[in-house]
Amino acid sequence: MSGTRLLWRKAVNNVMLSLTGVAAFGVVAVLFLILGYLIWNGGTSLNLNFFTQLPKPVGETGGGMANAIVGSLKLLFLAAILGLPVGLMAGVYLAEFGGKTFSFVIRYTTDLLNGVPSIVIGIFAYSLVVLPVRHFSTLAGGVALAVMVIPITVRSTEEFLRAVPGNMREAAMALGASKWKTIATVVLPAASGGILTGMLLSLARVAGETAPLLFTAFSNRFWSQGWGQPIASLPVMIYTYAIAPYDDWHRQAWAAGLVLLGLVLLSNLGARFILARTKAV
Amino acid sequence: MSATATTIAHEVPPSSGLRAFVHKLRGGDEIAHLITLVFASSILLITSLLVIELWRTSHLSRAKFGWMFFWTRTWDPIFDNFGAAPFIYGTLVSSAIALVIAVPLGLAAAIFLSELAPRKISDGISFLIDLLAAVPSVIYGLLGIFIVVPLMRTTIGPAIKSVLGFTPLFSGPNYGVGFLTAGIVLAIMVVPFIISVSREVLLTVPREQREAAMALGATRWESTWQAVVPWARTGIMGSVFLALARALGETMAVTMVIGNDPKITASLFAPGYTIASVIANEFTEATGDLYLSSLIELGLVLFLMTFILNGLARILIVATERGGGRPA
Repeated sequence: MSGTRLLWRKAVNNVMLSLTGVAAFGVVAVLFLILGYLIWNGGTSLNLNFFTQLPKPVGETGGGMANAIVGSLKLLFLAAILGLPVGLMAGVYLAEFGGKTFSFVIRYTTDLLNGVPSIVIGIFAYSLVVLPVRHFSTLAGGVALAVMVIPITVRSTEEFLRAVPGNMREAAMALGASKWKTIATVVLPAASGGILTGMLLSLARVAGETAPLLFTAFSNRFWSQGWGQPIASLPVMIYTYAIAPYDDWHRQAWAAGLVLLGLVLLSNLGARFILARTKAV
Repeated sequence: MSATATTIAHEVPPSSGLRAFVHKLRGGDEIAHLITLVFASSILLITSLLVIELWRTSHLSRAKFGWMFFWTRTWDPIFDNFGAAPFIYGTLVSSAIALVIAVPLGLAAAIFLSELAPRKISDGISFLIDLLAAVPSVIYGLLGIFIVVPLMRTTIGPAIKSVLGFTPLFSGPNYGVGFLTAGIVLAIMVVPFIISVSREVLLTVPREQREAAMALGATRWESTWQAVVPWARTGIMGSVFLALARALGETMAVTMVIGNDPKITASLFAPGYTIASVIANEFTEATGDLYLSSLIELGLVLFLMTFILNGLARILIVATERGGGRPA
């Protein structure tokens, strides 16, 4: 074992270890780069018009994305009322009632659904809701997003229900509560922090989804009434404006990107904050 | 006291038939079980419906093209001749480039986070990297169009060309959009998944592995690379498959930077087309039922690809967690 051989090994050691550090900090730097670029490019274009005005024809300044913001909220609302109850109940089933094989099948299918590319789910919602009535609708977009919300909610609900300690359930049962009463009054409230954050995270995830909306909710440069019309949404507007050749639209796309990313990151941070607080208790 | 009195006075429930069922219903547990069962089964229903609908609405193109669909290289809406080959090629090439960039980067970062960084820094950085995973795809596309594409056109492209321009991989004109740009954007999107799964897997490697290597005189790096990482090999492979599955289905960011040209070219600077991109671009423009049916068949192909990959990924990750990742 010569001295030079040892020196070489030590040199390799130092180089490789510092490279791993560079890699880790490099990846984090990308996050800050993204945020920085969005704030730089989008912050300057963010004004009151953006939040209150409808899109204006090309060439006119002062247009905004008010309808897209409301549209995204409407779509999220639909996704929530269609998808969250299914996810919650299925999670309760898997954690509390499920038999061995059937639970395995449900879990496997849920993971399968989770891995389906969002554009394929868009095709599914298209053939289910758009084709029969031959027009795009808010409902179709809501259905597509709901299908994406379900697997995430099932996973997190089941996980947090399982985390409730067994002695709490046993204590309830010792006091004479039936199974469903235990679940409703003891287990669910105990896991509620985690379950709610899971729901918030799933909604934050689908808020940024563009592909499934491209041919279900389509888009709209005006206000949409009811649930049967095409509707504008923030991600689709970002996409449409970004690939257009107009500078004003590019600026609006950056602003919308900043708003969207801000909402998504805030939801994620808020969810983790709540989680940390419930765990600390 | 009153509890025992109630138990003694409790009536004997009917043992069979409709009355037994109704009696059990009044207990409430059966209803709860039934309701949650219905919702859980609806997930099965939705997924089966998804596959059935994909199969049903693509039957026109499946009937007309059959297996030839997979290696026909033309995509001709005018003469109704559709083939999946350019899109499968584009999807695989852009994902492969993404993996080539993301796997070394992600693995290095995961090693740093699991082996070298103090716990607090490691948790903090992992948290930030998880935030990166939450960024919507269209925002990556935005950055891709306005930052990566010009960078590729003015700086990175010419730099690569000056060194490797003689190879068929890097020959040809450089427009800024193309396979390489899409691969770079995909790599950034996919790296957080590799890092988080690999980090978790590396954290489960027993300390004895590293300590044994160090006892034999290995440097820190040698013990990590030769004792710890091989132990977690299957789980890391699983994270790569997961990342690949994600990259295959990625739509918006790729659509915005790939150049939208359904051709199979060797050059990485050339524009291409992926399955998800062509569906996103042409679905609402599809004139004619065969056109639409071909697009949906492409969606079915994508679904199958991600289904198989996700299944493999899960098997690998579970195998590491369960079997302890003993190097075969």
